[in-house]
Amino acid sequence: MDYLNAIVALTNFVLIPATAYGAQLALGALGVTLIYGILRFSNFAHGDTMAFGTMATIGATVVLQSWGVSFGPLPTALLALPFGIAATIGLVLLTDAGVYRFYRTQKAAPVIFVIVSMGVMFIMNGLVRILIGPDDRRFADGERFIISAREFKEMTGLREGLALKTTQGITIVVAVLVVAMLFYFLNRTRTGKSMRAYSDNEDLALLSGINPERVVMVTWMIVATLATIAGVLYGLDKSFKPFTYFQLLLPIFASAVVGGLGNPLGAIFGGFLIAYSEVLITYAWKKVLVYTLPDALEPTGLVQLLSTDYKFAVSFALLVIVLLFKPTGLFKGKSV
Amino acid sequence: MSEPFLIGRDMTGGYGKGPDILHNCTIGVDKGEIAVIVGPNGAGKSTAMKAVFGMLDVRQGGVFLNGKDITKLSPQARVREGMGFVPQTSNIFTSMTVEENLEMGAFIRTDDIKDTMEQVYTLFPILRDKRNQAAGELSGGQRQQVAVGRALMTKPTVLMLDEPTAGVSPIVMDELFDRIIEVARTGISILMVEQNARQALEIADKGYVLVQGANAFTGTGKDLLADPEVRKSFLGG
Repeated sequence: MDYLNAIVALTNFVLIPATAYGAQLALGALGVTLIYGILRFSNFAHGDTMAFGTMATIGATVVLQSWGVSFGPLPTALLALPFGIAATIGLVLLTDAGVYRFYRTQKAAPVIFVIVSMGVMFIMNGLVRILIGPDDRRFADGERFIISAREFKEMTGLREGLALKTTQGITIVVAVLVVAMLFYFLNRTRTGKSMRAYSDNEDLALLSGINPERVVMVTWMIVATLATIAGVLYGLDKSFKPFTYFQLLLPIFASAVVGGLGNPLGAIFGGFLIAYSEVLITYAWKKVLVYTLPDALEPTGLVQLLSTDYKFAVSFALLVIVLLFKPTGLFKGKSV
Repeated sequence: MSEPFLIGRDMTGGYGKGPDILHNCTIGVDKGEIAVIVGPNGAGKSTAMKAVFGMLDVRQGGVFLNGKDITKLSPQARVREGMGFVPQTSNIFTSMTVEENLEMGAFIRTDDIKDTMEQVYTLFPILRDKRNQAAGELSGGQRQQVAVGRALMTKPTVLMLDEPTAGVSPIVMDELFDRIIEVARTGISILMVEQNARQALEIADKGYVLVQGANAFTGTGKDLLADPEVRKSFLGG
């Protein structure tokens, strides 16, 4: 039995990847939950908004690289991020002015907004594929590892390696910063509080003189920012492929719903819950078990509960289980 | 008698494209006075007040604040003109703290709101103790205090209350009425709709008894309480 190696293996194959993935899901789910809380509909176009933001960032990265600009050991995409965010803000504000506002002035039912957002999803989906193509694309440059498995083994003399990719480190640091800024904004600033007030009680917010169009505009800007950052971090960590981003919608929604739609804390919690569940259930436990169990009990198979092809099933099973017992999510969410 | 400070004169109207609910209804309140609208269920009490606040179409007649015609203004614009409104339900931001509720009440103000907040806390000391607690966690009476406090944050000249004592215990009701009198003493006109007709008329300078959307009796609170007809029909003898 060798617990130290077991812990290192578990950290390397489960904890670090799941934490990075969880942070990416949490950022995505925050965007979904803000739209739900403030604009009061489930935005199906969120995954493709992330794809658009990532595409815009990749475009800016390519331009920066052609100028010979680099960010040292960090990916150039981080420098390009502000351009990607600006482009995405432009796109969602145009979409709002051209599509959603029409339904808002009609006070359309939330379900109509959901269907409308599906239409927006298809348009954005097509737009991204036309502009950058449907192929898989890697755009991470700079230093690949903060700690590589080989370095770790040499440093510690352990049999198991522990690798921390630069992109994973960046994901976690950026996510913490973004979440801290978002919560500061929502809880401490006048505009942020007016957004919460509008989300809490629309009529009373109107009576208090809060301008709904301004709240909506600021919400879209924040959501575009969150979506772009989430998309770029995911793309850096794995790769950018429009179809993958479309599929990301599923775990992101599961995260937001499990946490409680409309509740930002819930979205973060949900993101990590979904990520850990997916990774833990699709991980082949053999290696860790070999280290922790007595030799006689050594498993012969991989001890993988589900193939990774079924990872989305995990999100949805979890979603169903949570909703059966807590219909508004683990944290108090709302329903419109 | 001169024109009251705020008056909805000969108002006829209803919600949306629906039928008329109010018929030539007149409601007014003078500076620093308390006016109370009472009447049986479905008499259009709340509707009359909402009409004064611009929440439904006034098809005939008009609303005047300090002599100015505000009939065409939206409720939000009327808040800017100095009217405060406390709805009967959903009148606080439940997920926000008491202090944030007050801040949101003062959203349209750009000057320093500290003094006004201090006044609200002096008026409702319990709110000072609970200022960092979510308003949704408070008791019914405390929630109503938050709701009134929120409306006071704009420094209104007229405060309109839609059944402020609905669903609170008799003791809390007395306390709320005391507070409302205190607010009126600061020079703010109070227009309120009340179910508890007798208690409300006792503190009222002016009372309006509505029946089927029209004025049935109008007079000072005392007169109405003494009027045998009003007593018989609405106050239970």
